[in-house]
This record gives sequence, structure tokens and C-alpha cells, in this order.
Amino acid sequence: MTRISLELGGGGKSMRDFIAGKILPAFKNRELAGLLDASHLPGKIAFTTDSYVVDPIFFPGGDIGKLAVNGTVNDLVVSGAVPRFLSLGLILEEGLDAGDLDKILHSLAAAAARAGVRIVTGDTKVVKQGQGDKIYINTSGIGRVIAVPRPRSVRPGDKIILTGTLGEHSLAILTARGDFGIEAPVRSDCAPLTFLLPFWRKGVLWMRDITRGGLATILTELAVEAPHPLLIEEERIPLSKAVRAAADLLGIDPLYLACEGRAVMVVPAKKAASVLAGIRKHPLGRKAAVIGQVEGTMGRPGELLLRTAAGGFRLLEPLTSELLPRIC
Amino acid sequence: MGRASNGFRDKKVIAALLEKIADRQRLLPARSRIMEICGTHTMTIHRHGLKGLLEAAGVEMVSGPGCPVCITPNEVHEAALRLVTERENLVLATFGDMTRVPTRRGSLQTAVPARGSAVKIVYSPEESLALARRSRDTEVVFFGVGFETTIPSIAYMAKAALVEGVTNYSILSALWVIPPPLKAILDSGEVRISGFLYPGHVSAIIGSAPYEFVARDYGYPGVIAGFEPGDILLGILSILDQIREGKPRVANEYTRVVRPDGNPVARALMAEVLEPKDACWRGLGVIPASGLKLRKEYAAFDAELKYGLRIEPRATDLPGCRCGDVLRGVIGPPECPLFGRKCAPDSPYGPCMVSFEGACLVHHKYGAPRP
Amino acid sequence: MCLGIPSKVIEVDEAFKTGKIDYLGTKIKTNFALLDNIKIGDWVIVHAGFAISRLDEADALETLDMLREMADKG
Repeated sequence: MTRISLELGGGGKSMRDFIAGKILPAFKNRELAGLLDASHLPGKIAFTTDSYVVDPIFFPGGDIGKLAVNGTVNDLVVSGAVPRFLSLGLILEEGLDAGDLDKILHSLAAAAARAGVRIVTGDTKVVKQGQGDKIYINTSGIGRVIAVPRPRSVRPGDKIILTGTLGEHSLAILTARGDFGIEAPVRSDCAPLTFLLPFWRKGVLWMRDITRGGLATILTELAVEAPHPLLIEEERIPLSKAVRAAADLLGIDPLYLACEGRAVMVVPAKKAASVLAGIRKHPLGRKAAVIGQVEGTMGRPGELLLRTAAGGFRLLEPLTSELLPRIC
Repeated sequence: MGRASNGFRDKKVIAALLEKIADRQRLLPARSRIMEICGTHTMTIHRHGLKGLLEAAGVEMVSGPGCPVCITPNEVHEAALRLVTERENLVLATFGDMTRVPTRRGSLQTAVPARGSAVKIVYSPEESLALARRSRDTEVVFFGVGFETTIPSIAYMAKAALVEGVTNYSILSALWVIPPPLKAILDSGEVRISGFLYPGHVSAIIGSAPYEFVARDYGYPGVIAGFEPGDILLGILSILDQIREGKPRVANEYTRVVRPDGNPVARALMAEVLEPKDACWRGLGVIPASGLKLRKEYAAFDAELKYGLRIEPRATDLPGCRCGDVLRGVIGPPECPLFGRKCAPDSPYGPCMVSFEGACLVHHKYGAPRP
Repeated sequence: MCLGIPSKVIEVDEAFKTGKIDYLGTKIKTNFALLDNIKIGDWVIVHAGFAISRLDEADALETLDMLREMADKG
């Protein structure tokens, strides 16, 4: 490979191979090798970073500022840490509308307050017109570790819980881009998952936020680590009407659509009912549902199975390349 | 009405239909092997887990050459690749799965475009002309591949470009006609089939007459079917009935969409803009009058002429690739030695593993798990 | 790719034979040039941004009734 192609940022296998083959070898250490969303460091500190290049920067239900806070906050939450502090790196393109920047800064501040984090350090750069698309943001986050995910401890019968409907963020971006002349009554699901933190102490074994690659890709990452196969049921997966319609119209599978405020988790069978009830009490978790379980009688370790609405079965594979570019 | 279509997916309905299929099949001397031609049928059958359920009922589904991306020869894909990587200020607009087809020079998705050039994924061919209207100093090429369902819309784009006088627009096309390869497969005698599932939306354009020769001259039953699980199962029931009665014909399960005469307006537009050509099908070779190309009057919009692309398609695949045999229904995906090993969804070797409707990708993605 | 969706016509621009369809509350631009006399309220099958055929509502309901009956009996 002599030049970087667009799909290396796509979130699929080529990106993972690129990171594993080109980037990681340059820095050999134990923390990086774990390839978690957030690294756990000595002193019970969790540390993560994310960059945001979403296009367009304003979309129904949010903007790049809201995304930049919630995305990083959520990486900390699902790694078992209480988010505390963020850094903020801004790369602004010459000519960016000052009013737009004000709106984004306001969103950043509002999102930080809502998530209970403080932006304590930052940097600002301006590049020439044409050398950056309006605004790019990087946020790094520090949190206090309260739990350690245990994907290898999952057992047959453990329940898989999804905290809400799939794909609204992706669809909101599509609509905002005006792609396909599609008008869908949808708002991005971009939101902080901090309301899920107490459940780490109520038995949650593993948790991930559903971003690039969608639910299917995220669950295949668990399947690879877990000692038993996973099974989810198509009929139990909550979907909004708008996402259902767009999926049919455009031929895309909601199981592979990115969200920015939804999580999937594994909870021991005995604790599942109370965890579900607790999640549903929160406005962001009203549509939460048990969508499947760790399997004991069918499939093989490493597999993620789907029972279809028609009653048949299929194997779910991770997304090989992102359906929509620059979604976050 | 959207809600009404749930009736075609209702679990009880599907179970009842499967039971009827099993009952009918038991009265026949041998297992039935039904060929579905349309890639969307292949995908629907696998996606809803119907393949396994039908096998349990005694019916085996065989995939035919119904994936336009899969049957388009390597050389055409490579021509598209050359356009966007070697010419500046050129936007190649195409449908999503075209961008992942591997060629000897990589895929459109991994290609690094020339300065000012780009690959743009579109949902409708209309977006490609809109692009050309918006950016007059960019050359836009629509890479259009499809069967009769898609062909009228591609013909429409050429006519619209001509009428509007949009000069920075052209079409690189790979247009395929369904009935001729059916004859080629039947004549080859290679595949043991009991009947055909005809593509519902291709039939919405061409009607039922073009398939009559299959029943009349070769004696094979067939049915035009829609794409819901209920449609497909009803269609299979019809084929089993035809076998039992010994009365092969072209039945129509999809009467709510397909009229016997198809869509005459669409066909008139196709005839106005396009003319038949002998086309080279991956795996099947050259089949007379099996493709379509732009007429002389539309030469200015023919990317092959405009850019002097000399495309010499061959039927053969990359070395070791068995896509041709899969497309003819001679082998199923798991019987290809490369399946799941050298050729897998994230590293496809042949087009059947790339297209959303390619038999191999569908089988790999939706393959039934072992209990 | 024969994906075709049954949807309802909600806007028609006669001159340009374009318009919009509504499918489960989501609207998308559609070209009606391949069909004659399209009116608001018609049901059509849409493929890649073009309406390729009409959907006969009565026929659809009849087929559904037949399927429902089959399911209830069995």
C-alpha cells in the first residue's frame, strides 16, 4: 500500500487490519494491545480518545459538538469508568461561520454539563480554506474505573439487553445530507450513557455502545471473546418506524447501522429482569429490551446467531466496510 | 398498506405454507430442485432462513445467474476503475455493491482516485445526472449495471441527458436481459432442475410472454413470484402443483404487481434508447442478443466511446475462481474450494462473494448455523 | 438488485413526471416517467428511485386474505 484509501477509516475489517498491521506495531505496549475503547491505567484511571469528522456538522437531534462529548463519555462508561474530564482539540477551517462555531461551543458545554464532565484543557488550530472541512474535533477523556468488563465470564442463559431503538443517528445524518432526497421523521439518538453506570454494580458483565458497524458488528466482537455462542431474535429488536422504512427503501440492514446513544450489554439471567426494569425507568431507556442470550444448546463458540422473524436462523458477520462515510 | 405486507411474513402463514409444500413434495418421486434467477430472491430466501426450512420440506433451491454485478466480466469493472484512477476531475457514480467487486487492480472502494476525481455511491441513477448538472466542469460517468428492472431507468438518464444537452455526462453500462441465459442453461443440460422461480420485478417490466418458451419448448414449470417469504413459498407451491399435474406453464403468483403484458411504457423507452447486443456473461460466455447497448443517436453518452475504452470481455474469472460454475447453478457456494477460505466477505476473490445478492456472499452471510 | 418497495404517491409534478412517495411515513423523491397517469394516492412499486409498476391494492388484499385463511385453518 502506497497511499491511504478512504475505506481505511470505514470501521470495517480493513480498518482493523490497518490498525493492527500498520499503527500498533509502531508502539508496542500492553495497554494498546488490549485494543479496548478505553485503556485502564494504574490508579484506576480510564483514558480514551476519539476524533470527530462528521458531515454535515449540524443534523436533526444534534451537531458535531454534542457528538464529540457523548462519544468519548460513552467509551468511558462502557469500559467501566465514571467520566470526569475531557480535553478539547479544535481544528477550524478558515472561513467557518462564527455563528456556527458559537452554536457548536454551546452544544459542547451543554453536553458536558449533562454528562457530568468538565472540559479542562484544549487546543485550537486554524487551517487554510480547503485544508479541513469546516471543523474537526478531538476529545480525550479521563474517568474513574468502577468495574472491569468480563466478557470471558458470560454463561449460557445470560441475557443480552439492548437499551433502545437502532440506527436513528445514521438515518438523521442521511436525511441531513439530503442523500437520496429522503425525508424521514427522525432525530439522532446522540446521548450520554452515564445513566447506565449504576448497573455495573448490579451484575453487568460486559457493555458496549453501538457505533460504527452497528449492533451486529459490536456483538461479533463479544462473540469472538466469549466462551459460548450468542443468539439474538430479530423480532425482539426495537426499531423505529422511520428506520424500518429507510431500511426497506434503501436496502440497508438496521443491524449494521451506527447509533450514538445506545448500548448493548450482557447480564446474568437472575439479574436481567431488575436491570431491564431499572434501565426502562430512564427516559433514554424506555424502549430497552432483552433481545437474546448467551447460547448453550446451539451454535459454536465464536458465533453470533440470529433467529429470523420467519423462524429460520442465520449467522451474523461483522461489517466489512461502513455503509455511510463520515458518520461520526 | 405497508402494514398489510406483514401478512406475507407472518410466522403462522409461513408455517402453513411450508407444511403444504412438504405435503405436496411427499407425493413426488424425487426431491425438487428449483432455480431462482433473481439475486433478490436468493437474498430473501437466505435472509429469512427459508433455505433451511425448504430443505427440511424436501425442496432444494439452486441459485442461477441473477446477480448483475456477478455476471459483469472483470474487464468492465476494470474499465470503471481505470476511469476514476487515471482521469482527473471525473466522478464515477454507481450503486453500492459495484464498489466492492475485486479486480486484478483492486476494487473501486480501495482505489485512490486521480486528482479531483471520486467514486460516489448513489441510490438512484437520477443522482448521477443531478451531479453533472451541478458541477459542469466535472465529468460524471454513471456506471450502470442491471437487468430489466433497472434498465428502463438507465435508458431514461441517457434520454434526459440528450434532451437537456448535458455534455459532461455519460454512461458506462453493463445491461443484461434475463430470458436468453435461461435458454443457454437449459441447452447446456448441466443442471438438474425441476422448475424456475422467475424474478418478480423484471417480470413487472417484461411480462410473462418471454418465459413461455421454457414451458412450451423445454417442458419446465415456472412461476413469477414476489419477494416476501409468503410470495416465494406460494410460488414454490405452484411449481410443485405444475409438476404433479404434468402441466408446465408460466404461472404468476405476483399478480398484484405483474401484468401479463408487463410495463409497455418502460419497454418502449428501452427500445428507443437501447439496442440488443451479443453480451459476454461471466461463466456463461457470449450469449446472442443477451445484452443491450446505447443506440447510435446516444453515442455522446456512451462512456466506452467517449473515453475510447477498449473493453475485451472474457468469460473466465481470476485463476481458481469458480464464480462461473456457481452462476450456472452447477455447484453451490460451499462446493467452491475457495469458499470461506481464500474467498470470504472481507477478502472476496470473485464477484459472487461481493454483491449484496451474490450467491456466495448470501450463503456466507446467512448460512444456516449447525444446531 | 430487484428491491422494489410498495409505496403511496403523495406528490406529482405533471410536467416533469417526478414527485414523492411515502413509505411508512418516510418520504423520498421518485421518478414516475415509466408509468402513465400517476395520481396522488396511487400505490406503486419503487426501484432505485423510479416507480416501475402499479400495485393493485384489491389484488394485494385478496392475496393476504387467502394467506390468512390458510394460516388459520392449518
